[in-house]
Amino acid sequence: MTLPNGWEMVVGLEVHTELKTATKMFCGCANAFGSEPNTNICPVCLGLPGSLPVLNKMAVELAMAIGVALHCTIAPSTFHRKNYFYPDMPKDFQISQYDLPINSRGYLDLPDGSQISVERAHLEEDTGKSTHLGGTGRIHGADRSMVDYNRSGVPLVEIVSGPDIRSAAQARAYASELRGILIATGASDGRMEEGSMRFDANVSVRKSGEPFGTRCEIKNLNSLRSLQRAIDYEALRQIEVLEEGGSIRQETRHWDENRGETSTMRVKEEAEDYRYFREPDLVELSPDQAWQDRVRAALPPMPAARRSRLEELLGDPSDAQRDAIGTVVELDLDGFVISAAQAKADVAIALARSANEIAADIENVAKLSTEAFVATVLMEQKGELSATQAKKVLGVLLESGGDPSTIAKALGFEQMGADALGDLVAKCIEENPSEWQRYREGDDKLSQFFIGQIMKLTKGQANGKSVIAELQQRK
Amino acid sequence: MKNATDIAAAVNAKISSASAELDKSLAVIAEKNGAINAFLFVDTDGAKSFASNVDERIAQGEKLPLAGVPIAIKDNLCQTGVPTTCSSKILADWRPPYTATVVERLIAAGAIPVGKTNLDEFAMGSSTETSAFGPTKNPLDLTRVPGGSSGGSAAAVAADMTPISLGSDTGGSIRQPAALCGLVGIKPTYGLVSRYGLIAFASSLDQVGPFAKTVADAALVLEVIAGHDPMDSTSLPEPAPSLVAHVNDGVAGKRVALVKELYEGADDEVVASVKAAVAALEAAGATIVELSIPELRLGLSAYYLIAPAEASSNLARYDGVRFGLREQAEDVNDMYEATRTAGFGAEVKRRIMLGTYALSAGYFDAYYGQALKVRTQMIKAFAKAYEQADMLIGATTPTVAFEFGSKTSNPMAMYLSDVFTIPTNLAGDAAVSVPFGTGENDLPIGVQILGPGRSEATLLAAARVLEIADGRA
Repeated sequence: MTLPNGWEMVVGLEVHTELKTATKMFCGCANAFGSEPNTNICPVCLGLPGSLPVLNKMAVELAMAIGVALHCTIAPSTFHRKNYFYPDMPKDFQISQYDLPINSRGYLDLPDGSQISVERAHLEEDTGKSTHLGGTGRIHGADRSMVDYNRSGVPLVEIVSGPDIRSAAQARAYASELRGILIATGASDGRMEEGSMRFDANVSVRKSGEPFGTRCEIKNLNSLRSLQRAIDYEALRQIEVLEEGGSIRQETRHWDENRGETSTMRVKEEAEDYRYFREPDLVELSPDQAWQDRVRAALPPMPAARRSRLEELLGDPSDAQRDAIGTVVELDLDGFVISAAQAKADVAIALARSANEIAADIENVAKLSTEAFVATVLMEQKGELSATQAKKVLGVLLESGGDPSTIAKALGFEQMGADALGDLVAKCIEENPSEWQRYREGDDKLSQFFIGQIMKLTKGQANGKSVIAELQQRK
Repeated sequence: MKNATDIAAAVNAKISSASAELDKSLAVIAEKNGAINAFLFVDTDGAKSFASNVDERIAQGEKLPLAGVPIAIKDNLCQTGVPTTCSSKILADWRPPYTATVVERLIAAGAIPVGKTNLDEFAMGSSTETSAFGPTKNPLDLTRVPGGSSGGSAAAVAADMTPISLGSDTGGSIRQPAALCGLVGIKPTYGLVSRYGLIAFASSLDQVGPFAKTVADAALVLEVIAGHDPMDSTSLPEPAPSLVAHVNDGVAGKRVALVKELYEGADDEVVASVKAAVAALEAAGATIVELSIPELRLGLSAYYLIAPAEASSNLARYDGVRFGLREQAEDVNDMYEATRTAGFGAEVKRRIMLGTYALSAGYFDAYYGQALKVRTQMIKAFAKAYEQADMLIGATTPTVAFEFGSKTSNPMAMYLSDVFTIPTNLAGDAAVSVPFGTGENDLPIGVQILGPGRSEATLLAAARVLEIADGRA
């Protein structure tokens, strides 16, 4: 979306991601989504009197992995208490990092070549989950409220970008790329529908070149679609206010997905004083260099590097192929393309089959072996299977696995020998002399006519490329 | 009543039994607790079951360091299923689902927890007068306070209800009542003893420690409860130090510094006792120097910002949502307010407000931030002093046990009774209070011996010298 009258939006994102640890951040309770309410709880994550937090080493490791992937500086850090009252926060303070976060000053490269700075990526604990029933449906004025503390104490990393984002689409691209990185590091499962990744967006507008405007923070966006819609809505709202001579009030806003609007949650003057101070129950967190190096060494390639690898294999990819590369990496299918390349198979075919046929049936991908995939691509490439036949073979492989040549046989995709095809082509030329004449005179489009005829005769089993080769021979 | 060392020896030797020792203890409690109010809860059934368990272990040939020794537990330490109130209405009916590490270690060592003792509400006070369940009387003079906040634990031992007890010390809450009740009390090095299951008052200052009638008993209890606990991140990594074996090491060749700021302003009789103690240590072979550490004068002010600040956050969880008292109201904010208004006493409210203020935006730097700087100065000043001396000596309290009501209307006067004990908590160091001499009405006077981190063995050896010199053992 382009903003009217020379306006520009300035967006910064705060992304909360739950870490995929086995246990919670400060106790041994299971970190699991979807258990019966209040079953994964203990004195520590319930904040019972006398309980004390002990930091989960795995949470630190995953936070460092995020830091490394985002090119951050990892430094000795401390924990603070953020004090405020809320029923789903058992201690009535949240343990978080404040002035000394574990990761700071990094950046993230987007597929379009732009770079967004990352100010910090710090550790903190999640709260429980409140459900307000009846009445207003919110904490004030509900008939009853219920709290599930299973989520209380689940480790989170909050990733704060710089105010570098200039469009809602870019915000979405950043969030999507970050999600890919979080999944690649193993830090998060990136399941937005389960709340394991949530976004807050700081949005302001200005005329290009002017200083930053007053920002509003939209809280708790939980899908890429909501993120993009909410930012666009909010920027346009602010422009409308300013163009009518009004001014923007610094405030926290709530996004209503159904109405497609943001509305005021609380204004800055009502902002709480969190009375941050060092958490006296925890000691300084100073991961030594050896630990950092181990995390760095164990980190798999990030999406950007994986995309580059496929781009190199393709040489000079088209825009459509770039999109396909994005899809393949996002869905973790690049291994298929790389294996095909290693087997000297056609990379473009392998990419197309991965981005289309495999992606379309992604939930069955486990049934498809790399060997079977590569064999199918090679058969297509050699003309033993037509594109249509290759897609069908892949379909069967995804459905039930197996050996591609056996499947091809079972489907009746008998290999058409060069002689048989040659005979058919000769017959076709004989029956269509005027088309043949035009083709010989240079009208290449007519190759498609002949392919169509042959396909009809072979019920789609011929290979288009082989048909063209036969035609060329007879020119 | 026999001391803990002797009871454990007799039970291990099967001369006595845990059940028999428990019966004696329960009989004294039944006789005296009505007048003294040391115990808020006597866990008769639980204690009997612990005792028969110990007797079984002894019968099977185990030797246990605290075999069959009854012990009183300050009521801010959690024990599964046993009321744990912090002497506050807000926790009046709370029974924890878990046991503090120190209590678990005592039970493993054969001790018998007999019940929970009174304290100033949430350990905020120096007389037990802020307890929501009435004050504890000093067994040596029922018109006087036993000190606080661990007044119930001190009174239990002073009244021979149990030979030993556990308290907690945030600014003097073990040492001050030990002095006022004529007992040995230890504030261990910060991190030496696990805080897991100790209900927090001020997390960076709190430390659990023992009361006993003898130095050897205090050493024995500390040895059992000390040592690394993986459940407490601030717990020191080392195992428990060897203490009992060093109790009779003496002070020959040790450098002892008499510190002006640790006795000036105290009553004359208290100062006289401190000086007599110094002479006794010198006679036992110690070298004496006199020191001034002016930074110690700032301790009280820094403490009354840091401790309330941490407390304001630690006590936020008493909100009526999950446990403890809940006052009904229309709205969650009204419920919080009504619950906390009804549940907390005046002193607790005063400190929550002080602490909230000290941490507030715009005031943080001037109050809490400044107090942290003072604390750093104090740590440096102590470290410098410990380059010149192995231990410091002074008074534990400015006066002997005072009368009920004499300081309740003036919080500052009450706060001043911890002026000599607070600096050790701010520094995270160790200190021992040991009875030495008596004052007005023959009431005991406590002398305080302070040392650097993990110096408990040295301090207890010095305390033992004074115990002998005072004719106590």
